Amino acid sequence: MKNNKATFSKYLVSGVAALALTAGMATGASAAENGKFRVGIVTFLSGAAAGPFGVPSANAAKVLVEALNKGELPAPYDKMGINGVEIEAVIIDEAGGATKQVEEYRNLVQRQKVDAVIGYVSSGDCLAIAPVAEELKTFTIAYDCGTPRLFADNADAQYMFRTGLDASVDNIGAVRYLAATRPDVTRLSGIQQNYSWGQDSWADFTAAAAKLLPESEIVEEQFPKIYQGQYGAEISALSVKRPEIVHSSFWGGDMEALVLQANARGLLEDATGLLTCGEASFATYKDQAPNGMIIGARGPFGAFAPDNALNTWFKGAYTAAYDLDPVYPATKMAQAILGLKFAAENAGVADKEIPTAEQLASGIKGATFESVSGTVEMARANGHQAMQGITYGEYHYEDDKASIVNKVSFSGECVTPPEGVSAAEWIAEGFPGAQCN
Amino acid sequence: MRFDKTEISLALVAIACVLFGFVSPGWLIFLLTIALAKALVVQGVVMQMRSGLVSFGQGLFYCIGGYTVGMGGQFFGIHDAIAALALGMAVAIVVAMILGLLLTRYRDIFFAMLSLAFSMILFGILVKSQGLGSTDGFNVHNWTVFGWAPETGADSQQTVFTMTVLAGLLIAVLIHRYTKAGIGVICEAVRENEVRVEYLGLSPRWLLYGNYVAAASVSALGGGLTALATGHVDPEMAYWTTSGEFIFIALLGGLGHVAAPFIAAIVFSVVRTYSIEFVPNTWQMILGFTLLGVIVFLPKGLWSLVSREKSGERT
Repeated sequence: MKNNKATFSKYLVSGVAALALTAGMATGASAAENGKFRVGIVTFLSGAAAGPFGVPSANAAKVLVEALNKGELPAPYDKMGINGVEIEAVIIDEAGGATKQVEEYRNLVQRQKVDAVIGYVSSGDCLAIAPVAEELKTFTIAYDCGTPRLFADNADAQYMFRTGLDASVDNIGAVRYLAATRPDVTRLSGIQQNYSWGQDSWADFTAAAAKLLPESEIVEEQFPKIYQGQYGAEISALSVKRPEIVHSSFWGGDMEALVLQANARGLLEDATGLLTCGEASFATYKDQAPNGMIIGARGPFGAFAPDNALNTWFKGAYTAAYDLDPVYPATKMAQAILGLKFAAENAGVADKEIPTAEQLASGIKGATFESVSGTVEMARANGHQAMQGITYGEYHYEDDKASIVNKVSFSGECVTPPEGVSAAEWIAEGFPGAQCN
Repeated sequence: MRFDKTEISLALVAIACVLFGFVSPGWLIFLLTIALAKALVVQGVVMQMRSGLVSFGQGLFYCIGGYTVGMGGQFFGIHDAIAALALGMAVAIVVAMILGLLLTRYRDIFFAMLSLAFSMILFGILVKSQGLGSTDGFNVHNWTVFGWAPETGADSQQTVFTMTVLAGLLIAVLIHRYTKAGIGVICEAVRENEVRVEYLGLSPRWLLYGNYVAAASVSALGGGLTALATGHVDPEMAYWTTSGEFIFIALLGGLGHVAAPFIAAIVFSVVRTYSIEFVPNTWQMILGFTLLGVIVFLPKGLWSLVSREKSGERT
């Protein structure tokens, strides 16, 4: 047993190495507190959700942070940075699942010392982060994830906010659009990705259709797996049932593949496509999507955003930087950053002071702020969830130019369940208290 | 009972870790907790690698452990963390005893693919289970230890960390004894030449079966601890990329020593978190190059850094 001594010295070596490593990390942490307003931005930079959602969002964040630091935004956001303090964005990748995101969230807050976090496209990540945000008492804005469970599971949230809309709004809005523009449709069908998002979307859509389009029936539903890419069999199964409407909550590459394949097979000529996330690929369809296909943007975002001074500025700045019009995830990111700026400047702290998480939370809770998408009321989930209207319209491509025609907007009260009522209950009861204009 | 030097060193390192936990920042404790919990799953992978089998589906038991802890608290009123972890191991053992009957008939790529298939079946079932939150998963909270409920925050984080270190120590000592014992050495003999082992009058199949079941329970423990630490479980735990990560860590550490998976898991987590911080757009490439570098320069894993000087010498 003469190498036992060697074993011991090995442990010594590894112990010293570990100590050196932690010492290195500790110095990294202290360098983080530099007097700037540090914002953690978490969105997909790799994987299938990066192209359609993550990259436009990260680009929007960069454009906005740079412009805010120069004080270039129109009123009421013309003050430099956030409350006069320069902003520093720490952008990290959302890929890798909920366990890794919890780890990275803790790293952002405890190692990188960010003052607030904005992020999360995936609903699973949002649900995992919400309790941690409360535990670490860190002001956090979910900018895109759609799960209605976010505040249902975390009813007493103090630090978690969401400036984007709940996914049930998308599908209630979609049915209302059908009821307003095509009240005679009877044969509905759907194709969804087989995961939470697709399952929840279809459940809300079918429940709402049963109330608002009582004559209609569901003739076919298909649940291919996510990222499948080839939908030949599903398109055939849908075609033989002769639907009038094909609803889909597909997004990204899957959605583009579906539109391309369904259009080539003639399904979208016989039936009208209804894509709740359709606007995210608005610029890439060209002539491959049929005219008259109904698309949405999960709220008044992207191509559906109104022509106010903020949005005109944002579109100009984004287009100047990236040669593309901002799609809805970009608008939603801009909205979350403006929400944070509003929260800080409405928190009642002195100029050039960084508010605490409690002050930020009190600054935005239940408040109403102006954004690139119009006015946002934090009117649900005890003032933690934004309420806004939703707009749907038809894709129209003519003379090498894409546009949206036959837009119909529904107000927030028309598509959002009242406080304390879940979307499923509200739909089942026939939308009591809905105010539609 | 006599302890050898490795066991004493492991115990000392574990005590140092627990003490270190009281003075280090929260993010580092969390990183170490997850790394050590994942290292337990990697121990399961390494146990099978020693006998020549590469499991591409260890995520199956990782997920079973995590979901049992989550569902125990959510639906069956089992809030005691120790009981939930034990239950997770028990469920994994039962599942492994059934699957093992089929899996131990296969070797090499066939074993790898079949184990992968079973883990993806669990993933598919969980994705279809809307009551369990489908792909979004659900939260794991309100757990206790022997009736004591740690406060959320630093308190509960510290508790999970201590539990993970102690579980890691216990498993490491057991595995160390197992690999040094006759049966553990025969596992390596199975890898080298199965037919000869049979001529010795032993059944490689039942040996591998026992090994598979033991590896499953160790992995489930790692999954349960991860669920407690993260506070959330989702079907991604059974997805093939998660199982791939365990093989990545196993290769990084090597089969040289029971401590290798723990060190490799910590190195992996540190490299990953810093590459995400410094190169957010290409962090996967840094991880890839790390593995490539280890394979090219240290084919026997990181552990060969410490055991290199006595190459040629039998331990």
